[in-house]
Amino acid sequence: MSVLVPILFITVFVVLFGAFLVFVTSKLGPKPKQSDLRKEAYECGLPAQESGSSKVPVKFYLTAILFILFDIEIIFMYPWAIQFADSITQGYGLQMLIAMGLFLLVFIFGLFWEIKSKALEWE
Amino acid sequence: MGSDIFEISVNAVKIVALFLLMVQIVPLLVWVERRGSAFIQNRFGPNRVGPLGLTQLLADAVKFIFKEEFIPEKGRAFIFYAAPVVALLPATLAFVSLPLSAPVNVETFEMFGQSWGPYTFQFQGFDFGLGIVYVLGVSSLATYSMLMAGWSSSNKFSLFGGLRASAQMISYELALGLSIVGILILYGTFDFKTMIAAQQGALSFHFFGEMVTIPFLPNWGIFYQPLGAVLFLVAVFAESNRLPFDLPEAESELVAGYHTEYGGMKFNMFFIGEYGHMLVASALMAIFYFGGYNIPFVTPEQLSGFLEGFGYVGTTNSLMTSFLLHLCMFLKILFFLWVFIWVRWTLPRFRYDQLMDLGWKTMLPWALANTIITAIVVFVMRM
Repeated sequence: MSVLVPILFITVFVVLFGAFLVFVTSKLGPKPKQSDLRKEAYECGLPAQESGSSKVPVKFYLTAILFILFDIEIIFMYPWAIQFADSITQGYGLQMLIAMGLFLLVFIFGLFWEIKSKALEWE
Repeated sequence: MGSDIFEISVNAVKIVALFLLMVQIVPLLVWVERRGSAFIQNRFGPNRVGPLGLTQLLADAVKFIFKEEFIPEKGRAFIFYAAPVVALLPATLAFVSLPLSAPVNVETFEMFGQSWGPYTFQFQGFDFGLGIVYVLGVSSLATYSMLMAGWSSSNKFSLFGGLRASAQMISYELALGLSIVGILILYGTFDFKTMIAAQQGALSFHFFGEMVTIPFLPNWGIFYQPLGAVLFLVAVFAESNRLPFDLPEAESELVAGYHTEYGGMKFNMFFIGEYGHMLVASALMAIFYFGGYNIPFVTPEQLSGFLEGFGYVGTTNSLMTSFLLHLCMFLKILFFLWVFIWVRWTLPRFRYDQLMDLGWKTMLPWALANTIITAIVVFVMRM
C-alpha cells in the first residue's frame, strides 16, 4: 500500500500543475470579438464538416482487437523470460524451452494466419 | 514514502524535482532541435534573441502564456481541456520511476537539537519493484490523451490524427514489448537496478559452461542483444511519435494531427509529453543496452574508494559518487536525445500502410526471432 503513495502524490501534483497552467493561460490571453467564422474548427478553410459523430474505418477496431490478442500473448512470456536462466541452473531448462516453443508455435501460427487473411492490409 | 518528516519531505521534493527536470529540459531540447536542424540543413536557426539564440526559449514561453484562448464551437469542452493535462501524466509517471544514479547513503547527523538518520535515498522518484512492466504499463496510457484530443476537437484532421496515433502506438507496442524479452532472459529480473548492476565491469559471458571475459569491451547489453537494441530503438521512435513515424501529425496530410485545434500552453503540454517520452525512451535505451549509470569498467565501489583517497568520506562520498554516476547516465541520455533529433532531420516520413507493415510484418517477426534465438543460445551456453 505504501508504495502507491508516491504514485498518487505525483499524479495529483501533475494534474494540479496541468490544470493550473490551462486555467491561468486561458484567463491571460487577448479576448477578441467572437464571430461564427472564428469559432469554427480549422479544416483548411472549408466549412467544417466534422461533428464528432462521424463513422471511422472499421480497420482501426480490427487493429485494436488484434493488439489485445497479441499483447496478452507477449505479456505471458515475461514471467517465463525472467525464470528461464534460473531454470537452466536448476536442471529443468529443457522443459521450459519446449513449453515456450509450443506456445510460440501457436503465436507464430496466429501471426501468419492474420497476415494471410489480409487483416493487416491498409490501402 | 518514509519513516520520519525529513525522509518524507526529501522524497516528496525529489519526485517533484524529477518532474520539473522533465518539464525544464523541453525548452532546452527545442533549442537544440532547432539549432541542430539548422546545422544539418545548412541554415542559421534561432540566433537573434540572446547569445546563440538561447533566450529564444524565454520569449517562446511568454508567447505561450499570452496566446488567445480557443476551443472549436462543436468541441467537447471538458475532454478538450483534460487532454493536455492527461498528456503530461504517462511520461512523468514513467520517468520518475527510472533510477538515474546509485542510492545516496546519509549518515546520522544533528539538526534542530535532534539526531536524524541514517537514511538511504534512492536516486529515483519511487522504486515500485516492477521496473519495466510498470514503465510499459504507464507509458502506453499516452494513447488516451491523443484520442481524447483528436475526438474532442470535432475536426476531421484531429480525429484522424488521433485514430492514427492510437493504431500506430498499439501496433508498435507489440514489437516494443517483445524486443525486450531477450533482455529479460539475460538478466532474469524486471528491476532496473539489478539490470544495471549486472552490466558492471568488462564483457564476460558463459561459453559452453566456461566464463569468457573480453577485457577491452564494457559489459553492456548491446553486445548480447544487438538486434533487440535496434528493434527497441525503432519501436520507441514510433511510440514517441517522432519522425520517421510522426504519421499522427503529418502536416502534409493532416494539418497538425490531433493537436490542430490546440494553441498556446495547451499545445506546449502535448509537446512536453512528447519530449518526456523521448527522455524516458533514451533513459531506457541507456539502462537496457548501455550500462545505465555505470561508468565503463569502473564499479560504483571503485569510484567511491577512489573518492575516499581524496579525503571524502561518509555522506559527502556517497553524494559525490552518486553525482558522478548521474553525470554518466545523463551523458548517455543526452546522446540518445541527440539521436532522436538527428534521425528526425535525416529520414523522410513513412506512408501509413508502410508504417503498419513495418510494425506487424517486419518488426514483430524479427523480435520473435530475437527472443527464440536468445532463449536457445542462453540454454546451449549455460547447459
